[in-house]
Amino acid sequence: MTSNSNLSSMRRTVEQLKLEASVERIKVSQAAAELQQYCLQNAGKDALLVGVPTGSNPFREPRSCAVV
Amino acid sequence: MAAEKAEMDKLKKECDALRTQIEAARKAVNDGSMSASAGGVAGLGRIQLKLRKNLKGHLAKIYAMHWSADSRQMVSASQDGKLLIWDTFTGNKLVAVPLKSAWVMSVAFAPSGNLVASGGLDNICTVYNIKAASPKTLRELDAHTGYLSCCRFLSDTEILTASGDTTCCLWDLETGKQKTVFTNHIGDCMSLALSPDMNTFISGACDSLAKLWDLREGACKQTFSGHTSDINAIAFFQNGHAIITGSDDCSCKMYDLRSDQEVITYQDPSLNAGVTSVALSNSGRLIFAGYDDFNCHIWDSLKGEKIGVLSGHDNRVSCTGVPNDGMGVCTGSWDSFLKLWN
Repeated sequence: MTSNSNLSSMRRTVEQLKLEASVERIKVSQAAAELQQYCLQNAGKDALLVGVPTGSNPFREPRSCAVV
Repeated sequence: MAAEKAEMDKLKKECDALRTQIEAARKAVNDGSMSASAGGVAGLGRIQLKLRKNLKGHLAKIYAMHWSADSRQMVSASQDGKLLIWDTFTGNKLVAVPLKSAWVMSVAFAPSGNLVASGGLDNICTVYNIKAASPKTLRELDAHTGYLSCCRFLSDTEILTASGDTTCCLWDLETGKQKTVFTNHIGDCMSLALSPDMNTFISGACDSLAKLWDLREGACKQTFSGHTSDINAIAFFQNGHAIITGSDDCSCKMYDLRSDQEVITYQDPSLNAGVTSVALSNSGRLIFAGYDDFNCHIWDSLKGEKIGVLSGHDNRVSCTGVPNDGMGVCTGSWDSFLKLWN
């Protein structure tokens, strides 16, 4: 019985590997270029890169006093 | 007996041949490295973020945190047996959810903001309605045979879980039943992340592999190797084409899904602590990685350089998260505090 389950487990592994082998792959240079392009295009909107203006920082304690 | 052994041998040979074929196919497209092609990209210099808030409230180690889709509320889980929902703009605690089991390892906010989920050594994923007058248990998802390491809502009606029983599972919240069980890992699943288009998800496990799954088909589509120890954290790059992993082998890696391989490793000889958590800034350029060395180190994702550090915790950084609007980064620690930086 153990040998049967080992066999079916092995068959599943082969089927899984066949699936993974059939993936279409693009060149790493192309993938890298596209990732770079994404980062650079969105850099301006990345608050952690460009900084948050003091007045509009949601996490910062407001410094000014409010007139009650 | 002999026939079975013969078939076993034949199958083993087939496996080996397929593995060789996959490696060859990966090599064939490996025409340049990420860091080499990033040579032309301007460096960022040192990134220095300031501590904006120190959230006190938990009485024991914090194991997990998750931002709400509104980028303002955030939920944290501690082994003091509570989930706390915070208004991060004011630092106020909005809701406290007492847990049946204090051994919590994961927490998630539903995109709607109506529900949160948590789970841990109880093997159960419990879903709570936090919009009720007092938090109400909506569902107890009980089928995993190992601890719940991670959970993520797709919507108010579907949730994904990752478990120490080596499987991931998609649940229907209306019936409380499992819709799909994802089996292929041979080690405890530690972390999962949903793709931006919600058609796929990735998982990282103690078998040191990361896997890409098709949510509707239930199949594992791709497997990524390279780490030499447990993968504790995993995240999608914003465009859905790459993933970042963090591991006990003290490194983070980026794998590109379309070239089906590792494209860069983030490691430093001075860093000898395991990675517990990873999060990306909105452009994907910055990787925030929480480590066992009490710090969250900041990496330039394109150049592979360490360019900053968030220091201040007095114990392991166990969780890290960047909200959808990218306005800050939150770190949670075994020191029982959550810190907000930008």
